[in-house]
Amino acid sequence: MSHPSQAANFLKDEKRAHWHDETLWFVREKRDIASKNIPEWEELRKLASGIKDHVLSKLDYYLEELEQKASANGIKVHWAKDAEEHNEIVWSILKEKKCKAIVKSKSILTEECHLNPYLEKRGVEVVDTDLGERIVQFLKQPPSHIVLPAIHLKKGDISEIFHEKLQTEKGNEDPVYLTHAARKHLRDKFMAAKVAITGVNFAIPETGEFVVCTNEGNADMGVHLADVHIACMGIEKIIPRRADLGIFLRLLARSATGQSITNYNSHFRSPAPGKEIHLILVDNGRTKQLKREKFKNSLKCIRCGACMNTCPIYRRSGGYSYGSTVPGPIGSILSPGIDVKKYSTLPFASTLCGSCSDVCPVKINIHEQLYEWRQEITKAQGWSTKGLSMKMANGIFTSPLAYKISGKLLRASLKNLPKSVIYNPLNAWGKNRDLPEVPKESFKEWYLKNRS
Amino acid sequence: MSSKESILSSIRELNQVEKPLPDLPHFESAQDLVGTFQQSLQNNKGSVISALDLTDLVNSGAFPKVFSGSKLIPDLKTFELPERGTDLNDLDLAIIDGQLGVSENAAIWLEDENLGLRAVPFITQHLVIVLEKSKIVGNMHEAYSLIGLHHSGFGVFIAGPSKTADIEQSLVIGAHGAKSLRVVLV
Ligand code: SF4
Repeated sequence: MSHPSQAANFLKDEKRAHWHDETLWFVREKRDIASKNIPEWEELRKLASGIKDHVLSKLDYYLEELEQKASANGIKVHWAKDAEEHNEIVWSILKEKKCKAIVKSKSILTEECHLNPYLEKRGVEVVDTDLGERIVQFLKQPPSHIVLPAIHLKKGDISEIFHEKLQTEKGNEDPVYLTHAARKHLRDKFMAAKVAITGVNFAIPETGEFVVCTNEGNADMGVHLADVHIACMGIEKIIPRRADLGIFLRLLARSATGQSITNYNSHFRSPAPGKEIHLILVDNGRTKQLKREKFKNSLKCIRCGACMNTCPIYRRSGGYSYGSTVPGPIGSILSPGIDVKKYSTLPFASTLCGSCSDVCPVKINIHEQLYEWRQEITKAQGWSTKGLSMKMANGIFTSPLAYKISGKLLRASLKNLPKSVIYNPLNAWGKNRDLPEVPKESFKEWYLKNRS
Repeated sequence: MSSKESILSSIRELNQVEKPLPDLPHFESAQDLVGTFQQSLQNNKGSVISALDLTDLVNSGAFPKVFSGSKLIPDLKTFELPERGTDLNDLDLAIIDGQLGVSENAAIWLEDENLGLRAVPFITQHLVIVLEKSKIVGNMHEAYSLIGLHHSGFGVFIAGPSKTADIEQSLVIGAHGAKSLRVVLV
């Protein structure tokens, strides 16, 4: 299904859609406050962006250094060219350990690789241990947001599924009660699992270590109680030096939830005595994206979710409307790189207001890349972009979706739109015109420069 | 070709021009390190207690099973750690020393030698970290420059009690790990 029809589905339940919108905006506001507390915020973003640009420009070198240093530390390093190979590597470790039940902490990569169904088919019980992920797993749904997996659900939904799965009191919707029920349930799982899987937030070639950040402590509960830790990372997760973590840890949580830092920031350098750590380096389309000059810097993403929280389309259409593992603005530039046909409507699921690029801690030019994808897709569909008006090229008419959602947005109150959009004198939306025109001068200039 | 070779060669094929690695500048931080640390800890739902409070806490009987690995406050009630983390599921209170604290976010750095067993600060129901006031720095950059490349198989910044907001964004303390974090500043 395309984004327009999925979005229309989401908007059917108006009250819920409104709640979703407001809640994410609230998270976005917390991010604003947290970033304003740091005078050097913009400099940190610039540094983070520069460090990531550097890494991408010699990724081969750093990957080899990482492998060499991590191996010297006693970590077993594996390479996977695609999702299938990644899953096979995990399975071969589980078989060797005769392990039939694993615990897993938030890892968008394993979602991308569809690891859960792969293992379940082979008789392995996979327990997602992040509370939000456990909730959606009970409901047999994927996460709808990369940081807030269950943000599309209300406590009534959660109370119901917990009553069914964990025998909590019927109708008890108290978040404390429900969270503590999950704590008890998941402790039993942690105690029993021999193998724990985690994602990776950052990997450091200099020291051969990798870092995992959580608020709940679920990654640590899993790996320190299990005998074997399998960490799965996309090859772009590298930052060169340990000291660079100072920059990225300051940016990550503030951008994601407005906290000054995540609660647990665990640095894994070598296994505890008698235990094993495996690190799987996964390509799965990343080297292909690196080849695309216009889109390669989407690989700088640190998965903070800020671009989703601020996006007027994401907030009003929900994560599922994108139909991709990573939804929202960044998902809309990553997913067409994986399968341009399947995800052809995503780059049009944007108003190009630029708010995503404004909040991105690694300064990815998200809205410009969305625009570029539109060009590519329109071309691929046999349309000539030459001579089209700006509006056409903007995708407003080429996609019924952007038109529809823009219309919906315009009819709705503007109070939830980013202030930069509302108060930008060039922005037609603020003047209640029927169609958004050029959202930003910088973008217009950029377009004029690039349209040839 | 192995997957490693094919990944590396498809990167090399691009013949990319190397972009410069930025130097990390020095960033100013708060003047009142201890006060700012306390405020940050409160924001993270942790609290500061005195060494006396800690003794009372341990003697109160509220925590039947107490482990202390603290060298900064010696002679606390404790027991020999088991070999496996899973044998600590009934641990009520753990007391450990932190190596350094960061005032901007109340993150406290711990390494293997502080933990005894890596599971300790996570599996315990309640956690106390003892930290020397003189070991509080301003921001994460200063923290990493002190930590340097020192080798510990495991190192962690802990900044508060375990928490989640996955149910309608309501903050709940005690998701999986410690339900409380108390910091003793000495
Ligand atoms: S693109 Fe930027 S804002 Fe969006 S998730 Fe990635 S790092 Fe965060």
